[in-house]
Amino acid sequence: MKKKIIASVLIIAFLIAGLWFAQRLLMPKYMGKIVEGAMVEEYYKETTDHDVIFIGDCEVYENFSTIKLWEEYGITSYIRGSSQQLIWQSYYLLEETLKYEKPKVVVFNVLSLKYDKPQKEAYNRMTLDGMKWSKSKVDDIKASMTEDESFIDYVFPILRYHSRWKELTGDDLKYIFEKDQVTHNGYYMRVDVRPQGEFPEPMPLDDYTFGDNAMKYLDMMTKLCKDNDIELVLIKAPTEYPYWYEEWDEQVSNYASENGLTYINMIPLQEEIGLDMSVDTYDAGLHLNLSGAEKMSVYFGKWLVDTYGLEDHRNDPKYTKVYEEKIEYYNKMIEEQRNNLEE
Amino acid sequence: MIFTSAQFIISVIVLAVLYYIVPKKAQWPLLLVASIGFYYVADRKYTDLRHDHSCPHLIFILVTFIVAFLTAYLIGRIDQKTKAYLSASKETISKEEKKAYKAKAKSKKWAVLLVGLIIALGLLCVTKYTNFVISNINSFLKEGSKIRHFDIVIPAAISYYTFQTCSYVIDVYRGKTEPQKNPFKLLLFVSFFPLMVQGPICRYDDLAPTLFGEHKLLETNISKGLTRVIWGYFKKMVVANRIAPAVIALSTDTDTYKGTFVFVAMLFYAFDLYCDFTGGIDITIGIAKVLGIDVAENFNLPYFSKNIKEYWNRWHITMGTWFTDYIFYPVSVCGPMLKLSKWSREHLGQKIGKRVTVYLASLLVWFTTGLWHGAAWNFIVWGLMNYVVIMISQELEPLYAKFHSKVKIKNTVGYGIFEIIRTVLLMSMIRMFDVYRNVPLTFKMVGTMFTNINLKIFADGSLLNIGLGKHDYIVLAAAFVIILTVSIIKAKKGVVFKDSNFAVRHFLLALLLIVIVVFGAYGEGYDATQFIYNQF
Repeated sequence: MKKKIIASVLIIAFLIAGLWFAQRLLMPKYMGKIVEGAMVEEYYKETTDHDVIFIGDCEVYENFSTIKLWEEYGITSYIRGSSQQLIWQSYYLLEETLKYEKPKVVVFNVLSLKYDKPQKEAYNRMTLDGMKWSKSKVDDIKASMTEDESFIDYVFPILRYHSRWKELTGDDLKYIFEKDQVTHNGYYMRVDVRPQGEFPEPMPLDDYTFGDNAMKYLDMMTKLCKDNDIELVLIKAPTEYPYWYEEWDEQVSNYASENGLTYINMIPLQEEIGLDMSVDTYDAGLHLNLSGAEKMSVYFGKWLVDTYGLEDHRNDPKYTKVYEEKIEYYNKMIEEQRNNLEE
Repeated sequence: MIFTSAQFIISVIVLAVLYYIVPKKAQWPLLLVASIGFYYVADRKYTDLRHDHSCPHLIFILVTFIVAFLTAYLIGRIDQKTKAYLSASKETISKEEKKAYKAKAKSKKWAVLLVGLIIALGLLCVTKYTNFVISNINSFLKEGSKIRHFDIVIPAAISYYTFQTCSYVIDVYRGKTEPQKNPFKLLLFVSFFPLMVQGPICRYDDLAPTLFGEHKLLETNISKGLTRVIWGYFKKMVVANRIAPAVIALSTDTDTYKGTFVFVAMLFYAFDLYCDFTGGIDITIGIAKVLGIDVAENFNLPYFSKNIKEYWNRWHITMGTWFTDYIFYPVSVCGPMLKLSKWSREHLGQKIGKRVTVYLASLLVWFTTGLWHGAAWNFIVWGLMNYVVIMISQELEPLYAKFHSKVKIKNTVGYGIFEIIRTVLLMSMIRMFDVYRNVPLTFKMVGTMFTNINLKIFADGSLLNIGLGKHDYIVLAAAFVIILTVSIIKAKKGVVFKDSNFAVRHFLLALLLIVIVVFGAYGEGYDATQFIYNQF
């Protein structure tokens, strides 16, 4: 009997270890061309806190250089961004972030207000798989799941990704336990240039009113920030496509003034910011490249300092060494990307 | 809720834990609650899909149960009264009076049984066959005078629980089984959830002792049960779910996939159905075993059969024995058949005469077997084809014997393998009626298999366009080798593992579980997860 108990324990341990290893191996690593799925989990490696937290989709993680904010103003910031991040995902990411730190300012990009329902599983995965388990993650999954998804696939991702055994590459083994750093405090860097082109004419909509579900989460976000004495800033990134309708702009303006929030639509401020969309974008005007993101950071950082009097941490020993390393990595990546472009 | 859904697996784990926590007397009531819950959830999902909440299917199973309970109860009462009367009047009535009283009681019992069977089988027939009958009548009617089809959905598992219930009331009528006095116990027998997906069709006397018994948590039950469950999931999820889309592709585009493709479809479907059906039954038997309940075996290595008769003794055993016990034998010995037998022996001679009733009863068995599988001509023709092949091979037996008396190969390994392959191919070919679901099309497509031979398809990549990639073929080939190896060991030794191999057996099971999780065809991108026999 004793032998059977020992054997059973060892076999169960083998089973758990085997499934765990298989899960690690089979989960997408997002280390190739699509790195967006690796962003959310990078936050947990942070060793210092941040005065500013950005939340939102690609219009934040590609448009603000956190390292430039540090270099110019000594602002500590982090972008908790992910691809097509929906507003409930932004809310729960913020809720989770507040368990780790309490920033002075939260900046939310309002483009995702246009989505009132869960969209695509692939984007859900890129936001949710990287989150650590907490009540926020559970609520986030429940709010985000499309009809075909099931909760258990999030609990045991191997049930979702098991069929990837057909497409395993060397990278899956290489990054099985440790991944490369893909962002700079959440900023996704691109140095290449592709000038802005012509955008298609905006399609008229049947109804311009934001959905109740989206607005409910904006209310929750506002309350969460107020309850924690955090300044919530609503922004619309300066990129003109996807189209940001005037009716939408008006609704956000009204909401901000009703709730005592600041809302900045940066589309009309392109010139003031100094953006030149013939050189400051890498994908024909959808997102900013390094040059554009640094200009945005110089402009917005000044506004943050002027408005909220954010402290300059550049001489604070708590941060200097950490940010020295971050700057080094930032510059190294610039060099690498430029070299790749030349090749 | 099917066996492969996460909801089902989690529910069964929770149930098994509760089963051994609750007082032993509460074990069978817990199973009853779980069974009704299972049916209710399956029912809800089904009606949700159809957006039709008008008639919950649970009602059908409850009606069948009530009919079975009342029928058995009334038959039991008649038996009791008869016994009481006969023992009280032992001394006072004559032998003839006794005989007359018994005959009267028997006819009363027969009337009760008949009413019970008509209602139970009537429910099955009305729900399953009404539209089939209407379609056939309509084929003779002109446009405008055609009868409208009924909006009926076949209640889930009705073929299984109706047959199970019928066997119970017939056994009570035959005096083989005591009527169950506790209605809730009978309801559990009718609705026991692992049997609700695809059988097996259990007999009351076989199932009742362990179904209503009190069970201690025994390592041997858990171990044997889990072994069957995991082996079943391996066959279902790694093989059947993977190969099913290819069978669908091959049988849908009949313009492209003819000739040798039909041969491929035939082999694929043979592998698919075997893994799907035996896998599902393994899961059923395994779950029951974990709960300490013994469910009848439904398969005995059917693909190792050397002839079709043997095959049908090894495949879907509980259905075969049901038809034998409740149709073949009663029909063979009923009054008109005995008269016919006598007449045919007198007029056609002993040799032919004795065959007439057997052939007629067999014809009825195979016709109903086909009809039981589905309300469509392809199933009926499939049943009749089995009948024809069995009868021909039976008639050819003297010829075989003559051949084997001259050519001494019968006991060689090579001839044994030839017989096995011949049986598998013949059964697989008959099964093509199930694949194409259209009688003329099946004949046409099977015909192209012989007239349109194109071996290039095995080399030109055509077989990579039917929903299976190179990796899938590797997995299927590996699974085939594993299943064949296990089957050969079982055929030679009777068991795959000896009880003493505890560590090895469980280590391999753990490994198999990992294989299922990784290589199983389920989740995103896989739709073909429904059990094939679930539809019957």
